[in-house]
Amino acid sequence: MARDTLTGSRIRERRIMAGMKQSELARIAGISASYLNLIEHNRRRIGGKLLLSISQILNVEPSLLTEGAEATLIATLREAAQDRGRAEDGAAGPPPETALLEEFAGRFPGWAWLLADGQRRIDALERTVETLTDRMTHDPHLAASLHEMLSTVTAIRSTASILAEPAEIEPEWRDRFHRNLNEDSKRLAESSQALVRYLDTVDDVSSDLGSPQEEVDAFLGAHAWHFPALETGGTPDDVMRDNALGSVSRYLVRQVLDRYVADAEALPMGRLLDALEQVGPEPLSLSLRTGCDPARVMRRLASLPDSAGAGWFGLAACDASGTLTMRKAPKDFPLPRYGAACALWPLFTALSRPNVVLSQELEQTGRDPAMYQAYAIAQPVGTPQLNRDPLLEAHMLLIPRVAEEIGDAPLRVGVSCRICPRTDCEGRREPSILDGSF
Amino acid sequence: MAKKVLLIEDEPNIIEAISFILSRDGWQVDTHSNGHDAAEVVRSKVPDVLILDVMLPGRSGYDILRDLRSGGGTEALPILMLTARGQSKDREMAEKYGANRFMTKPFSNSEVLEAVRDLVNA
Repeated sequence: MARDTLTGSRIRERRIMAGMKQSELARIAGISASYLNLIEHNRRRIGGKLLLSISQILNVEPSLLTEGAEATLIATLREAAQDRGRAEDGAAGPPPETALLEEFAGRFPGWAWLLADGQRRIDALERTVETLTDRMTHDPHLAASLHEMLSTVTAIRSTASILAEPAEIEPEWRDRFHRNLNEDSKRLAESSQALVRYLDTVDDVSSDLGSPQEEVDAFLGAHAWHFPALETGGTPDDVMRDNALGSVSRYLVRQVLDRYVADAEALPMGRLLDALEQVGPEPLSLSLRTGCDPARVMRRLASLPDSAGAGWFGLAACDASGTLTMRKAPKDFPLPRYGAACALWPLFTALSRPNVVLSQELEQTGRDPAMYQAYAIAQPVGTPQLNRDPLLEAHMLLIPRVAEEIGDAPLRVGVSCRICPRTDCEGRREPSILDGSF
Repeated sequence: MAKKVLLIEDEPNIIEAISFILSRDGWQVDTHSNGHDAAEVVRSKVPDVLILDVMLPGRSGYDILRDLRSGGGTEALPILMLTARGQSKDREMAEKYGANRFMTKPFSNSEVLEAVRDLVNA
């Protein structure tokens, strides 16, 4: 059904704003009042000359009657309906009547906006839950903080309860409990404040309360993964001089930057951009063109500045244990900071096929599935040794795609099992908090 | 003769508060705050009821629980586990290793008293 079903509501709104009666507008437009009534209640479509005529009478642009915030409303409602469709278990009641979606929005705009607002809140909350769950599950600092708080609360509750009882307490005990209560309440205040500051770093990973890996991510993110000084002969010390990084973070950042320098020397930005123009972003072709190994090509692509106009590239790298060591995450495809990622990622498949460039189209399992072309490769680290298997390091390049660029069978992957709605996955390690089985 | 409760917990003010309410209720209370040698302490003191925290320095409460249930005369000792984690898997683990009761922090004094009384009368 066309979106013009909502136009009626806007005509009614504009007519009332103009202080016109329905019969008056109908008369001037040359239609019956009952027909206008049907239009205004979105029971009849309107377009063409009649729409132009009414817009002239109401002194508004026709587009203001046919378009508007309702487009957003419809899109949000459609998304809510799709989410419901994706919920494989636990959805009570009949499915949403998507064929009547626009009529619903037109006839009951208040309810429709309420539903859309709810959908947006669910979206925002799910994102927060994803981030916090990741932290709560794997973050030892948070677990220790919560344990500390609960222990202090227990002590306070127990002590306060004794003091509140009507029974007499010896003065010595009473004084001691008062002192304990005072100590514990101070401790609780301090630990609560520290926890709130820590949780605030969900949105501000630059806080010094974050883990070293968070500091590294924040540092690289603040520079958009591009360091002009290192492209032109500068040193990591130049880049790190004014940054208040912790000692562990400095070590990690230094490793990234040392490698950046080596990459930039081997594959200068100008040469990379020339090759990109000639063969496109496929890493193997770029590797053959530039003589650099595919992993280096991937890192260089991820370090391209926006100003190069070559597009945006995400990057993940892991060591042989599968631990993520580099994360340049797309906004709609967060890469976990703690714990294990989705076992289906080509990044991990590559570990079992060293020196083979894997190409795979990906669809992220999520509310609004993002699409990517992924390339992955695992390469040996260090120099060859007699009778010793090499350690491997894998890289995965992520190139954002729109649905039309992706084939019929992209691989459906998640971020990590805990926040993945896909139930039919052989790689599942633990229940998801999103499917009700947790 | 007063029944004996041994409380193994590392938070001093919780120790003080629980010791107070149990003593006032007529129990003889011993305390210990280290997980490392907790199993030996339990076996040497031979309490009627053990209150055991899960998160202890040196050794986890679950580990101590498993040790106590493995022999040494403590196989049937009534044990109340205390934890700051209330997830079902913690409760399941406590049951699996042989805890008689499981209590999540923050608990009330009356809950602790009631649980200890129940355990010794069971």
